[in-house]
Amino acid sequence: MTSLDELAAGLRTALGADRVVSDRVELRTYECDGLAHYKVTPGLVVLPRDAAECARTVAGCVAAGVPFVARGSGTGLSGGALPHADGVLIVTAKMRDILEVAPADERAVVQPGVINLQVSRAAAAHGYYYAPDPSSQQICSIGGNVAENSGGAHCLKYGFTTNHVLGAEIVTPDGDLVELGGRAPDTPGYDLLGAFVGSEGTLGIATRVTVRLTRLPESVRTLLAAFATTDAAGAATSAIIAAGVVPAAVEMMDALAIEAAEAAVACGYPPGAGAVLIVELDGPAAEVAAQFAQVTALCEANGATELRIAADDAERALFWKGRKSAFAAVGRISPDYIVQDGVIPRTALPEVLHRIGEVASAHGVRVANVFHAGDGNLHPLVLFDAATDGEAERAEEVSGAIIDLCIEYGGSITGEHGVGTDKAKYMPRMFTDDDLVTMQLLRCAFDPAGLANPGKIFPTPRLCGEVPRRHSAADAPAAAEIF
Amino acid sequence: MRWQPAGTDDHVAGVPARFVAAPASTEEASEVLRAAAAEDLAVVVRGGGTKLGWGPPPRRLDLIVDTHRLTGVVEHAAGDLITVLRAGTRLSDLDFGSQQLALDSPLPGATVGGSVAVNVSGPRRMLYGTARDLLIGITVVRPGGTVAHSGGKVVKNVAGYDLGKLFTGSYGTLGLITECAFRLHPVPPARAVVTRTVPTAGVGALLAAVRDEQIVPSAVEVDRPPEGEVTVAVLVEGTAEGVRDRAARLEKVLGGQSGDLPSWWGAYPWQPGGTGLKLTAALSKVPDLVEAAGETGIRGSAGTGVLYAPVTGDVPRIVERLRAEAVRAGGHAVVLTAPAEVGQAVDMWGPVPGLDLMRRVKDQFDPGHHFAPGRFVGGI
Ligand SMILES: Cc1cc2nc3c(=O)[nH]c(=O)nc-3n(C[C@H](O)[C@H](O)[C@H](O)COP(=O)(O)OP(=O)(O)OC[C@H]3O[C@@H](n4cnc5c(N)ncnc54)[C@H](O)[C@@H]3O)c2cc1C
Ligand SMILES: Cc1cc2nc3c(=O)[nH]c(=O)nc-3n(C[C@H](O)[C@H](O)[C@H](O)COP(=O)(O)OP(=O)(O)OC[C@H]3O[C@@H](n4cnc5c(N)ncnc54)[C@H](O)[C@@H]3O)c2cc1C
Repeated sequence: MTSLDELAAGLRTALGADRVVSDRVELRTYECDGLAHYKVTPGLVVLPRDAAECARTVAGCVAAGVPFVARGSGTGLSGGALPHADGVLIVTAKMRDILEVAPADERAVVQPGVINLQVSRAAAAHGYYYAPDPSSQQICSIGGNVAENSGGAHCLKYGFTTNHVLGAEIVTPDGDLVELGGRAPDTPGYDLLGAFVGSEGTLGIATRVTVRLTRLPESVRTLLAAFATTDAAGAATSAIIAAGVVPAAVEMMDALAIEAAEAAVACGYPPGAGAVLIVELDGPAAEVAAQFAQVTALCEANGATELRIAADDAERALFWKGRKSAFAAVGRISPDYIVQDGVIPRTALPEVLHRIGEVASAHGVRVANVFHAGDGNLHPLVLFDAATDGEAERAEEVSGAIIDLCIEYGGSITGEHGVGTDKAKYMPRMFTDDDLVTMQLLRCAFDPAGLANPGKIFPTPRLCGEVPRRHSAADAPAAAEIF
Repeated sequence: MRWQPAGTDDHVAGVPARFVAAPASTEEASEVLRAAAAEDLAVVVRGGGTKLGWGPPPRRLDLIVDTHRLTGVVEHAAGDLITVLRAGTRLSDLDFGSQQLALDSPLPGATVGGSVAVNVSGPRRMLYGTARDLLIGITVVRPGGTVAHSGGKVVKNVAGYDLGKLFTGSYGTLGLITECAFRLHPVPPARAVVTRTVPTAGVGALLAAVRDEQIVPSAVEVDRPPEGEVTVAVLVEGTAEGVRDRAARLEKVLGGQSGDLPSWWGAYPWQPGGTGLKLTAALSKVPDLVEAAGETGIRGSAGTGVLYAPVTGDVPRIVERLRAEAVRAGGHAVVLTAPAEVGQAVDMWGPVPGLDLMRRVKDQFDPGHHFAPGRFVGGI
């Protein structure tokens, strides 16, 4: 009997047989997350119902010395929830209770498997919502959001998950349950919660999360502006920011992305546009009215060829429909594509978009751009046809070159999808060895045995207490060889 | 770059230092800390020194690393709404024109590094968040001299661990902060403050009424002096038109008047050299804390649940009582500052969850416990 078999038997007794999956066929359903080109069948899947079961599972992994990986809804796009063949995948799908909605405290307490949008739905009756809104909000889990520090179209104004999480109960990689933060702000001591958010499941598993609820805005106004070029749309974005307006969202799509969206959902964007901007303002009615007039004038002054103002919620939804479906829509105009996620300083947008265009045409592939213009978070969609010889490789090169551009312009290799398995290799281009070793100190404090989601984020994990050294390719985690 | 012998003013919470060093760059700071480690020196970092007395005295002290030469704006990218600042830069010296670093103006002399190291906050944290929320990148020198960065210069960035959060509020116990990158905000063209003074029993209803409005205040402050009633003051900022409308609505909701910022705005309610307590609570329990403060007096951000109280008289007893109230309210009570004899008589930090993990973090970053030993929670 292997240690995994023993572990499975122990967990079946402790948690019940229905919590433990070891059937090969069933295990296959968990072999990847949203990034399907990395696949590993997990050794074992466990579906705990509560924190105690989760802690029991981790403790079992520690005793058996096997790695464990947390999985929420599996929508991650960087292979963060990629399992280990000889490890345990801990899935939070049965931890979906909203434990408390307390509008008077502007807080909600939820289990980690709760779907992002459900929190807003539960809060809406009280006049509140949960501000971080990743485009995947209908399916992604709060635990996954915490692990990825997810953001959405509205984080330009409202910030990311880290600005909206007040407390969490976690299972440490030792199997202990620990409270980080709380119901009130500024818990004394180190801000371990702040360090945990965005740690991609490498510092433990969140089993209960206290989130901040935000009062619903009194007024929301949305503008769709068409421009001849992405440069003009970029200039309008800069002008809005320079005027001291912080919109709730500024989203841009280029001609190719518009074409894809039209083909898929017929959103009726202005025909022939080289770029469109969606600008949304929200807040107190008089405030929004004043700023909306200003934003409209600025778009006009910067060469907008057409301006549409959403008259009602239905029209507003139509504006967003094109944007929100853009990722999937690209499937209509290309058999395959890579979704890249990188960040540049907003002011570098025009230059970087030109250079992306150059790289793409030099490699003979097309790139559709749809992104959060307000905060410089690019989501280039690199289109290719895997059936054409060499095209997948060329698309991969373009995708990598875009990340290099982000680094060159002082940006980041990821703005919201995380490092995961996919981008670990880029970390040394953005950070020095000393930076990475320093981050590992935190890892070693939480996870001395290195069992929590090993092989993610850091290209060359080291054993805690070991003198840092360069690892050879042979040491690379199994996942790195799959790709 | 080495150190000088210490002068008579070079002490921390009453503990004299032997040496002082004032590096002017991250590289110099790295050299100093490398040499300090080689000689097994215990180090405390000094910024403006405005609150060096916060926290218990260091268990041991050899070297003060002073940041007064480590100053200047490294970068202000107006179009990107970000800035990079050296840690010794005084907040009061910053001028970004039509933009602002939205940390409330603390005592004159407070530095960027010091403000991050103790995570101070003022009234407008309600809208803008605290240093932890505004900080997007950090450069630190670890005990031993290793230079490390985390985050960067773009607001949206999730590559690697967010060490900036870890260093924010760490009271100089994990290393020396040398540079900080922050997101900036536009300076709003207009603002208004609406105030209303009521008996303590009326505070809860007023705060709930403000919460119910959709006017997005920048701050909701309360002030209860030792004698008398409670004043609620609400700040709104924005366009001239928007602010006019929101202030009018607030006047109605509060039954109050628009006017200037009250004189107590953003100031701690204790006398210099006195004992000051920071109390936190879940929002709905803020009125309970205001009530419980009784003759002690209390002031602070009712909009976020972070309040400050001066403590005089039988300090240990009052701290214990207020701490129990704060815990009942879902929060904590920390003695921020106290005269030495009082500091010894009370538990300044109170109970801290997750202490074991915190000790492990300290052990990793500062294995020899050279940085501000004994100044932080649990004797860290
Ligand atoms: C169409 C689409 C659009 C998207 N848009 C956005 C967007 O706008 N913004 C954005 O930020 N992301 C976006 N994403 C990425 C993804 O949805 C987010 O990263 C999301 O937070 C992942 O949540 P999940 O529950 O699916 O996590 P999973 O994919 O299951 O896991 C993600 C990571 O979190 C860890 N994890 C999961 N649960 C826990 C837990 N309880 N404790 C500790 N670690 C845990 C996993 O180990 C893994 O490393 C998008 C994805 C898709 C497919
Ligand atoms: C609205 C508001 C009102 C305030 N009112 C008052 C008041 O009335 N009275 C009052 O006393 N204070 C007040 N403060 C707090 C005061 O401003 C802070 O204590 C100050 O910001 C600390 O900065 P400093 O440079 O003086 O730090 P110091 O006092 O020099 O140091 C503070 C701590 O930070 C550490 N430290 C300093 N620099 C670094 C660095 N570069 N790297 C690592 N660690 C470092 C030190 O070791 C020490 O533990 C107020 C703050 C705010 C926001």
